Amino acid sequence: MSLIFYLLAALTVAGALAAMLLKNTVHCALALTVAFAGLALLFLNLDAQFAGFAQILVYIGAVAILVVFAILLTRGSETPQGGVFSRSWLAGLTAAAAVFAVFAWAVAASAPRLPRAAAPATAATPASTVSPAPAVTVEQIGRALTGRYVLPLEIVAVLLTVALIGAVIVAMHEKVEAK
Amino acid sequence: MIGQITPLTGYLLVAALLFSIGLAGALTRRNAILVLIGIELMLNAANLNLIAFWRYGPHPELLTGMIFAIFSIAVAAAEAAVGLGLVIQIHRHARTTDLDAINRMKG
Repeated sequence: MSLIFYLLAALTVAGALAAMLLKNTVHCALALTVAFAGLALLFLNLDAQFAGFAQILVYIGAVAILVVFAILLTRGSETPQGGVFSRSWLAGLTAAAAVFAVFAWAVAASAPRLPRAAAPATAATPASTVSPAPAVTVEQIGRALTGRYVLPLEIVAVLLTVALIGAVIVAMHEKVEAK
Repeated sequence: MIGQITPLTGYLLVAALLFSIGLAGALTRRNAILVLIGIELMLNAANLNLIAFWRYGPHPELLTGMIFAIFSIAVAAAEAAVGLGLVIQIHRHARTTDLDAINRMKG
């Protein structure tokens, strides 16, 4: 494991923790942006350039802005009385900790059988050379999207159209319907 | 076992940690927008798993994991738009986004 991975993982997890723990909702949105940026850098570190830049464009460019708009439109930046956590926070935290324990146990138990994880990193074959970076061009991704994955692509196009119209209708002011 | 941590295991553990943080936030925060943020974090953790398995899997040239992650990003964007639209409409109706206070299905 390289140092850059540990730095990016620490940045991402710190951003996610801050997004879930801070009191001011606007600060939470900014910390969420940091977590999304860390995830995009992790994608780039995994040689998935297209997914990394799509992550930056979609999440940092669109979803984070939408979240900030929603916070400001709902005046959510005011810290509520009675704390930011739900009454049943202990049960939620216990459930999340149990889920993490199960995941960590599953990863640790299946580590010897994971793809290429079984190959021991020796002096002749250090871990970084066990799996060479796959050379993927945007052209290949485009051909895959319009060839093998064209049906999912069309379904996603329909889904995005439906979601766009649905979000506008849901958030539209009620007076428009009443006329 | 911790001593011989491989790259794939490291990414899977980070994704598990992110998923758990998102789940904890979605289950414990009172603001509806922050619950949506927690769900977004969980989706992102799943994407990290997909990309990591694509990168270290036996056939990265088939692009399966990467295409799955790209579709997942698109679906998550649609989900965020509809979810935040719902939150804005609920706020207009109930004058709050506090999930402990929103306890009626009938307006």
